[in-house]
Order: sequence, then C-alpha cells, then structure tokens
Amino acid sequence: MQRLERNWNTAIERIKTWARTNSPWVVHFNSGSCNGCDIEILAALTPRYDLERFGVELHGSPRHADVLICTGPVTRQARDRLLRIYEQMPEPKFVVAIGSCAISGGVFQGCYNIVGHIDEVIPVDVYVPGCPPRPEAIIDGVVKLLGKLRPSPKPVIEEPAG
Amino acid sequence: MTETEKFSIPIGPQHPALKEPEHFVFSVDGEMVTSASVRLGYAHRGIEKSTENRNWAQNLYLLERICGICSHTHALTYCLGVEKLAGVEIPPRANAIRTLVAEMERVHSHLLWLGVAAHEAGFDTLFMYSWRDRETIMDLLEQLTGNRVNYSANVLGGVKFDVDEELAGAILDGLDYLEKRTYHYLDVVTTDAAFLQRTRGVGVMSAERAERLGVVGPTARASSVARDVRIDAPYAGYDEYVPNLIGHTTGDLEARFEVRIKELFESYRLIREILATIPEGELTSRMPRRIKANEAFSRVEAPRGEVFYYLRSNGSDKPDRIKVRTPTLCNMASVLTLVIGQQLADIPMILVGVDPCFSCNDRMVAINRGGRSEEVWTWERLRQYGIDYYGGSH
Ligand code: SF4
Repeated sequence: MQRLERNWNTAIERIKTWARTNSPWVVHFNSGSCNGCDIEILAALTPRYDLERFGVELHGSPRHADVLICTGPVTRQARDRLLRIYEQMPEPKFVVAIGSCAISGGVFQGCYNIVGHIDEVIPVDVYVPGCPPRPEAIIDGVVKLLGKLRPSPKPVIEEPAG
Repeated sequence: MTETEKFSIPIGPQHPALKEPEHFVFSVDGEMVTSASVRLGYAHRGIEKSTENRNWAQNLYLLERICGICSHTHALTYCLGVEKLAGVEIPPRANAIRTLVAEMERVHSHLLWLGVAAHEAGFDTLFMYSWRDRETIMDLLEQLTGNRVNYSANVLGGVKFDVDEELAGAILDGLDYLEKRTYHYLDVVTTDAAFLQRTRGVGVMSAERAERLGVVGPTARASSVARDVRIDAPYAGYDEYVPNLIGHTTGDLEARFEVRIKELFESYRLIREILATIPEGELTSRMPRRIKANEAFSRVEAPRGEVFYYLRSNGSDKPDRIKVRTPTLCNMASVLTLVIGQQLADIPMILVGVDPCFSCNDRMVAINRGGRSEEVWTWERLRQYGIDYYGGSH
C-alpha cells in the first residue's frame, strides 16, 4: 500500500516537472531599468528569436507564473512591489535577473534612489549579464533554468517487497 | 433617479498592458472614464544627481541609459550641450554620422512603437510582423556600432564609429526592404476596418488643446501643431539634411499612427541622403578635460518629441548641474485629460498613442498650479528638500 502511494506520488511529481519544464509561464517586472533590457526580452519573444518554441509564454499575472524575469536595479518605490509580486507567485518559483543592472546595479550604482540589485531583495536562480544582453543570451538563460528544473537522474533504490 | 455607482480602477505598476512600472487610477461610471490620475516615480533612479559625482566622460554612459529606446538621443543631447559649454566644434563627418544614427534610431523606435500599439489593440499579427522587420534595422545598428541597444556611438567631441562602403551598401539594402514593408503598414493602419474601429475618432485632441497641454513630438504633429526641433532649431547635421514636417489635422489615434509611419519614409530619405553625400574627414575633435564655469542648454528631437538638457559647469571635470526634460513627461498630461469621457477599453490605446517611455518619464517636477507665483526654489532649499525627502541616507 505504502509503495503504491509512493509510486503514485513520484508519478505525479514527474508529470508536474514535465509540465513545468515544457511550458514555463513567465511574468516580467521592471523595477527601474532603462528599458533596454525590456525591449530585448520582448524581442526574444518575437519571430526572429521566438522564445515560445521552448514553450515559454509571457503572462500578465504573477499568480499564473512560474518564472519571474526581472530587469533593472531596484528603486526605492519599486522594492515593495517586487517583493509583493514575488510573494504572489505560486511555489515553486524561479527568478531570472536580466542585465548588468539587475546583477550589480550597473551604471546606476550610487544613485540615491536605488536600494540595490535584484538579489538583495529576492533570491535569484539565473543571471544573464550584458547591457543589455542579446536576445540569444536571454534565451540561453531561460533554457539553462529549464535544465536546472529537470531532475538529474538519481539512482533508484528498490526496497525489498513485503 | 438611481445613483450610478462609480468604481476606481487601479492599474499597475505591474500590469499586462504596461511594459514598465507605472501606477494609474481611473474612476469609471459604467464603462466610461470619469477621472484619471497617475503616480510617477517607480523607475526614478536619481540620475541627475549622480551626474554630479561622475566626470564629463563617465556621464555620457550614464545619461545614455536614461532610456534604452532613445539612448542615442540622450547621448547626443548631452554631447551637444557639453560641446557648446566647452566651445568645441565637431567635424562635419561626425555630425553626419550622428544624424545617421539618430535617424536609424527613429526607424527602430517607430517600428517598435507600431508593434506595441498593435499589440494593445489586440492585433498581434501586426506586432509580430513589425518586430520581425525591426530586426533588419537592429542588425544594421549592430553592424555600425557593435550593440543593439545603447549603441554609444557618441564621444565628447565626435563619434566613435565610421561608415564604410560595405556598410553603406548594407544599410541601403535594408532600407529598400523596410520601405516596401512600411507601405504595407501604412496601408494596414489606414484601411483595416477592425483596426480603424480602435483608432478612428478615439482620443481626439484639438490643436488648441495640444498647445495648452504642451504636447510634443509626433503626438503634437498629429494635432496639426507644427513643432519639430529638427526644423525649428537644427542641430548636428540637420541644417544640411532637412526633414519635411509630417503633420495631420484630425488629432485622433489614427492620425498618430499615420504621422509616425510617414515619418519613417522621411527617415529613409534622410538616411539615403546622408549616405550619398557624407563629407570626408576626421571623426573627433579634442575635448578639454575640465570645462570652465559656464552654462548651456541643448535640444534634440527624439522619436517621441523634444528632449531638453540644461548643463552647468564650474571649472572642474565634473558637471555642477544637469537637468533633463523628456518628451513623455510633457505628453503625460494629455493622456490624463484625453481618457476622460472615453471607454475603459480605449485607455491602453490612448496611453500607447503618445508612445510612453516611463524610464525617462520618472523625474522630479514641481508643478505650479496657482498661476503666477513669486516662489523661487533656491539651490540650497532644493538640496535640503532632497536630503529630507530621502531621509538623508545619501
Ligand atoms: S543592464 Fe543596461 S540595458 Fe539593461 S536596464 Fe541596465 S542599463 Fe538598461
């Protein structure tokens, strides 16, 4: 009985991971960027680069999203919003920081209205450097994240029956 | 009589219709908008103040990143201002290349806008097509400057990159393709019945209203206000390469679409003219590191309207004060008045009609509502205000 339940749970987990890695929904938040990174994200979704072929779809609501794509340094006003959006996302959630600003504050380091970079506010899984990163780099970042989500094959230990 | 209920609808700062953070509150009566307000500042970073801690050359790269879409415009306005301060003349070839990049940037920005606007209208096919074609100009910009966005083609005293025969040929080929496509887009936005339902007669702004609201750029020109810095006060190479003023009289969204698309043809013409007649010569002149105490301003026509810089130097290698005024801030007031009396569903279209760019929008302004006022903010008072406002942490 126990074993049946365990098998059932593993199967469900596998299906979930399969769904997640084959069609992650992303939400995008700009916490004070110069726009450069945002247009490149949008460009990555359009026909030349076509991020959607990896099943990635841009969504409006954080409540539907698996991945949060962040751009820009975090300004004082946007900080609470960023936190709120992160909290609204269902578990498990992943964050991709796009651009030098999101990684380190970039050129805006030392501006009075900047609280810092993204990972000072929320945890980040993948960093994509560049000012702005090329759409190819953004795609690479997202695909790396998908690779990270797939479980690495683990040795299966069979329990003796009974 | 029954009381009609009124709702307030907050939009943003994270919202599917907005690519950038901004917060709007609209009150609606049924489907009709009765009032609108905006809260700016989510992308306020404090760039103007930080320029005072960087030297003249470093500021070029900081100011270029006020906005990633019109980065060349900001860098150009700054360079023109600093060159004026220092009294440096720049070589004619550099001027021509600056103008070339500025026009290429206008092409990329207008195509980008066309896509975003089509997306807001629910016309995603046009969005995808215009962004696909936009890649042509992005490739050319990349070939010329090595970067797709934030090209940094300018240096103080000139430009960094040169155009050779091969590149000029590539640009001309790209333009031929884009021109063909642009005719198609013009056709779509002026004849597609479904699209016209969203644009024709929506958000009409009369010339007088446009004047009163201080609207700039294509938004103003669509309301028959003849205002274009390239023509009124030519800078860089625009006294030799003169654009024609593209205007429209109806002042609705359709007019704004038409003006921007027709401006693309002007840009193609100018780019061809520049490539055909580009003068030979040096790319840079020598710039001094320190600039004696002086003040200057410079104006440039960005894709969205007039960008204005005020610069003051104090004899050191850093600026004393830089003030930036950007077109979206000038146009924002028009959005807030135009939406009143319109359908709720038209809000995104009206907003996108001015081609908003919030990253350059979010700056501090003091609005004087009471007509004439004797109040003058001294430098000390403004500084103290800043320190108090931000709790003196910086
Ligand atoms: S990394 Fe560069 S392009 Fe991206 S938001 Fe920062 S300044 Fe803009």
